[in-house]
Amino acid sequence: MASPSSTGARLDIAGTLLGMRRMAPIALFVIAFGLAFGVAAVQRGLSDVETLLMSALVFAGASQFAVLEIWGPEIPLVALIATTFAINARHLLMGAALYPWLQHLPTRQRYASLVVLSDSNWAMAADDFRRGERNVGMLVGGGLALWLAWLIGTLIGVIFGSGITDPERYGLDVIMGCFLLSMLVGGARQLSILVPWSVAALAAFVALRWLPANSHVIVGALAGGLAGLWLPAKGTRNTRRAS
Amino acid sequence: MSLPTTPFGALLAILIMALITYLTRSGGVLIMSRVPIGPRMERFINAMSGSVLVAVIMPTAVEGDWGARLALVATLVAMLLTRKPLIAIAAGILSAALWRALVG
Repeated sequence: MASPSSTGARLDIAGTLLGMRRMAPIALFVIAFGLAFGVAAVQRGLSDVETLLMSALVFAGASQFAVLEIWGPEIPLVALIATTFAINARHLLMGAALYPWLQHLPTRQRYASLVVLSDSNWAMAADDFRRGERNVGMLVGGGLALWLAWLIGTLIGVIFGSGITDPERYGLDVIMGCFLLSMLVGGARQLSILVPWSVAALAAFVALRWLPANSHVIVGALAGGLAGLWLPAKGTRNTRRAS
Repeated sequence: MSLPTTPFGALLAILIMALITYLTRSGGVLIMSRVPIGPRMERFINAMSGSVLVAVIMPTAVEGDWGARLALVATLVAMLLTRKPLIAIAAGILSAALWRALVG
């Protein structure tokens, strides 16, 4: 019997399948986001295979959209690394929150489970953990369902996007910006987060005008992160279930 | 330093992204098994994860045409009203398309 104080964790096929089923309603929405990414990536000049490969291997929507913004005739390496790391750094906190649970899994299972760590399955798995559940199937099964949906959506987007020759006319060039902005607003928990975001906006603006091309990403991210250090301790937590 | 957008360059870029993303996914557990992540580091990461999105959107806001700017405003308003990303994104795309069809 699992009780909230019980320790231990296990991973099996039944729990993974249950996790996939519980994630199914959310995964349907992910198909729509994947579709948007597929269209945006193809319009940006990525080949069909590259687009699908990015969704399959990276499996992190916001960073994939953001990288499209710096994807031109050349791909600036530092900006690519900085963008990917900074946007996905939230995973560090999510993983840390699950550590007391996952430490009971064999090492190989533990690090394999984390391959599909994403926002929605993390939130549901963290909830399971708090309720004393031992089975980590929600993390793995939920993650697999999200991954599959993201890939199916991307495929539909690639097929659909290849047929459009005049993306600006239909407003399709703004998908990336609109997606990132909606993620930003959706992730805001406290008004005080506007302080680091304003600092980031100002720093990025300065970098755009006067610093080398593409430096605005890392300059803005670091400036905003440093500004966040001065916020009150409770006011910055958007990983609500992290503690 | 930059990669050319040849098939090989693009593949390398995707593999680098995949590697870094996995490091963030596994890093939290890996670090916690040695030292716990403190509240200051948590504040920094939380503020940085939103700030990088702000920074990435800035060029569109500063250098984009009025259709793109209107799309961002429409997304922001729709998001604040509905809290539903798909509706907000649709509002943004529609605004840009309408602006360009009617105003140019």
